[in-house]
Amino acid sequence: MILWQTLRFAVGGLAANKVRSALTMLGVLIGVASVILLLAVGNGSSQAVKDSITSLGTNSLTVSAGSAAGGSRATSSVKKLTVADAKALASDTDSSAIKSVAPVVTTSATALYGNISYSPGSVVGTYPAYFETSNQKVAHGDYFTADDVLGSRKVAVLGATTAKQLFDTEDPVGKKIVLGGTPFTVVGVLAAKGGSGFTDPDDVVIAPLPTVQNAFTGFGAVNQILVQASSADTTTAAQSEITRVLLGTHAITDPTKADFRITNQASLLTARESTTKTFTVLLGAVAAISLLVGGIGITNIMLVTVTERTREIGIRKALGAPRAVILGQFLTESTLLSVIGAGLGVAAGIVGSHFSIVGIKPVVIPESVLGAFGIAVAIGLFFGSYPANRAASLRPIDALRHE
Amino acid sequence: MQHVIDRRVPAKPVPVIRISRLTKSYGHGDATVHALRGPSRPGTDEPAGVDLDIEQGDYVAVMGSSGSGKSTLMNILGCLDIPTSGRYLLDGTDVGHLDEQQLALVRNRKIGFVFQSFNLVPRTTALAQVELPLAYAGVRAAERRRRAMAALSLVGLGERAGHKPNQLSGGQQQRVAVARALVTAPAMLLADEPTGNLDSRSTEEVLGLIDGLNATGRTVVLITHEDEVAQHAKRVLRLVDGQIVSDVRQAPVDGPPPALRRTGVPA
Repeated sequence: MILWQTLRFAVGGLAANKVRSALTMLGVLIGVASVILLLAVGNGSSQAVKDSITSLGTNSLTVSAGSAAGGSRATSSVKKLTVADAKALASDTDSSAIKSVAPVVTTSATALYGNISYSPGSVVGTYPAYFETSNQKVAHGDYFTADDVLGSRKVAVLGATTAKQLFDTEDPVGKKIVLGGTPFTVVGVLAAKGGSGFTDPDDVVIAPLPTVQNAFTGFGAVNQILVQASSADTTTAAQSEITRVLLGTHAITDPTKADFRITNQASLLTARESTTKTFTVLLGAVAAISLLVGGIGITNIMLVTVTERTREIGIRKALGAPRAVILGQFLTESTLLSVIGAGLGVAAGIVGSHFSIVGIKPVVIPESVLGAFGIAVAIGLFFGSYPANRAASLRPIDALRHE
Repeated sequence: MQHVIDRRVPAKPVPVIRISRLTKSYGHGDATVHALRGPSRPGTDEPAGVDLDIEQGDYVAVMGSSGSGKSTLMNILGCLDIPTSGRYLLDGTDVGHLDEQQLALVRNRKIGFVFQSFNLVPRTTALAQVELPLAYAGVRAAERRRRAMAALSLVGLGERAGHKPNQLSGGQQQRVAVARALVTAPAMLLADEPTGNLDSRSTEEVLGLIDGLNATGRTVVLITHEDEVAQHAKRVLRLVDGQIVSDVRQAPVDGPPPALRRTGVPA
């Protein structure tokens, strides 16, 4: 029989029980939509991690004071990191692994512009190398220079959020702000990086290190030393180089008693990324189960349909319908259920992925759309084949006698 | 009207239906029920089976009370059921040797069914009902539509081609069923109590249609328990407990069925 005819019978059969068909489709819809959406959420979160890796700078290493192995803190007095340490790292010429070094002090202060007062998330004093190492790009204006650092000039680069808060639509470059009582000239505004957590990386004021030390923190210890490795591959070499140099400057012989910590952002985030992968797989598994349940729903409803229409099957057989036609008709019906359900599920999944879910912006994986659709259709065929086969192998006389 | 017990060997060489030593039983051992048994073999209680020939163009009424085996006979004749033993030749073909696929083909091409309970496909228009056997036969859509419309017009329902079963009266539904049975131009029309669920006016209409079909040469086997219905047939078989107990010819095989002859309608 012609395909078109079979399709028409199948549509007719489904239309006869609209609520039932709709509910069965809903099962498939939920299955497919959840596969697409949950995988998109998983993918979105790992995408977010990847973005923050690149935004932090993949080659950056952070050296901070404190013991690497927390337990030995009592035995050795913790020596703070100083600008001298940074200089020692920078002047370490026999290392090709270290590209640049930027000591960092962090403080907080209230900024004033005209009658607007705003407290940025942090005030950072550092060297120009900081911008490249931490992947901060100027969107407007310019970075401060090494000259500014040497001259302790009162210049500042604003984060996007801070600039917006203080200046709104005004152009901040060249304007003077008062930061904790000290006037600063704004030389540049950073490009927005976007938040990936609780702290807003754009809510920041960056100024030359000596200026900030002079105005706020004093010329003592620095909070961190940011080191940029020459490439992502040399971070390990850079890490051991830093350890060697700082053990020297701190006069420590036993590496296990080091009074500083080196954190490698990239490796931390890679670990986090693998966690989100596990998370994605788990979500996918849950979604796959719901898809399977949807498939069982199809079997169930098709069995009911076959039982209900046993008499009709008998009539069709008496009129000379071959086995293949009956099989085809019920298979078409179950496949139609799954195709329509899966199609709507794809639509629902894609629409749903436009909303951010628990703070994560879902990123749809195209393969998951095709995969979920394909699996749903295959499930329709597979789970529909049992009831359809049962219908097709009914003996006509038994089917006709069925009440 | 002449009542003659027909004991002659059929004159025509190939009857449309020839069954020999046919039995149908349900259950096993002591619980065996012989729905069709025929006479017992001499000296034993073993069923010998039913023998029956039906000639081309005949109009046979099979009568009997419920449980007499008439429906079983009809189901076997219609290739809906398989006999326990014996042979069934339809148009010279031994049906027992056919597989499922071929049986479907036989039901489609050679047999038209009319059932007591109409057995229309629900939610399907009259036209689509009648097209159904043609669709299974692989007839193209335009041709199918033309032939289905012709069949519906023949039963006087050309106007109601778009109606679904629940929009038709019982008599109209049965006429759709007759149209569906005849649309493939089968060799044989099998009617299982076609008027059992109809009022007298619809009964007359449906029987009139069947008479007309027989008058045009189609073989008709009709199952009934009403004498008035059996009057329309050329030959009446009575079944009791799975045996043919009487075989009466009311009219010759050639020529119009008795009802048409009586009213003088030309064949």
